Amino acid sequence: MKLQVSSQLAIFAVLELSAAPERQLSVAEIGEKYGISSHHLAKVMHVLGRAGVVRAVRGAHGGYQFSGNPRRVTLLDVIQLFEPLGADGETLVGEATEEGRALRRVLGEVDDIARATLGSITLATMHKIVERKPPARPERKAAHAGRR
Amino acid sequence: MRVTDTPIRIRRVKASDVAKVIALDARVTGLPKSTYWRDLFARFGRRRLAERFFLVAEPDAAAARTPLLGFIIGEVRAWEFGSAPCGWVFGLAVDPDRRLEGVGEKLFEAISAEFRKAGMDKMRTMVARDNLLPLRFFRGEGMMAGPYIQLEKDLE
Ligand SMILES: CC(C)(COP(=O)(O)OP(=O)(O)OC[C@H]1O[C@@H](n2cnc3c(N)ncnc32)[C@H](O)[C@@H]1OP(=O)(O)O)[C@@H](O)C(=O)NCCC(=O)NCCS
Repeated sequence: MKLQVSSQLAIFAVLELSAAPERQLSVAEIGEKYGISSHHLAKVMHVLGRAGVVRAVRGAHGGYQFSGNPRRVTLLDVIQLFEPLGADGETLVGEATEEGRALRRVLGEVDDIARATLGSITLATMHKIVERKPPARPERKAAHAGRR
Repeated sequence: MRVTDTPIRIRRVKASDVAKVIALDARVTGLPKSTYWRDLFARFGRRRLAERFFLVAEPDAAAARTPLLGFIIGEVRAWEFGSAPCGWVFGLAVDPDRRLEGVGEKLFEAISAEFRKAGMDKMRTMVARDNLLPLRFFRGEGMMAGPYIQLEKDLE
């Protein structure tokens, strides 16, 4: 699965800000950690501000502050501000054919799973995933269904 | 952190809880299934208790008639489709008026501890992908997508 750069920047920015909701950070400070250009990030922050996820703080030490609830805002909420998810609204070549409809159904399965995944992971859950080390021991390979 | 973490007690289900479980499940799902729950109690509340866990949560100072706050059910499943034994959670509900007070989390932690005692190092569950409430809950408790994909077919 691929995310547009704006969505990626937005996710990093809200993760950074929601890690300490009282703290305010400038666009330059957020950009520095992830090596992103302030120019693109400023546009992204503007969209997040309009959506009420972050709040612009004026003044000499101005910047942004997180204004949502990290336990309720999901990755899907953030991504959907920047791009439609999956094939929704897009026309497939050959849409009117049986084959086109079959392909649409299969792609729909993938989209449904992506939506359920991104819609169930809150920023608070993301912070936990960031902190957690991946398990040292890899999962044993599953045998084929039915073979016992 | 939550404002009010209810002082609760988690214990194994008893025969006298079955009616309360039926009532709570009917409230949550809108579908009373008393035969199902009586059967489940006979299988999970009485037999092979070292690998079957039917746990209920109640207020710390519960009397005999106090309704349950919630329940969780799971078992050790071995070698399903070639997977090494693991803990399976297949039922969880919290009283709709007592949600977001940490009851679900305590039930989840209690059954995790039981599975660990039974020697398991993994726990699994299955959730409808359009049912975001339990999906968010399980994700919040640290669960991630596993290596299996669930498939089904309409049988004509
Ligand atoms: C899922 C369920 C068991 C959660 O019980 P609960 O006692 O409310 O959960 P907790 O208070 O322990 O919540 C623990 C965490 O889960 C997540 N969570 C729970 N409800 C949430 C909600 N409505 N929105 C977002 N996250 C939620 C949060 O991360 C929460 O932590 P927080 O309160 O610090 O934000 C309960 O909502 C329920 O019974 N749902 C219906 C039954 C069901 O669908 N069961 C699954 C089929 S087996």
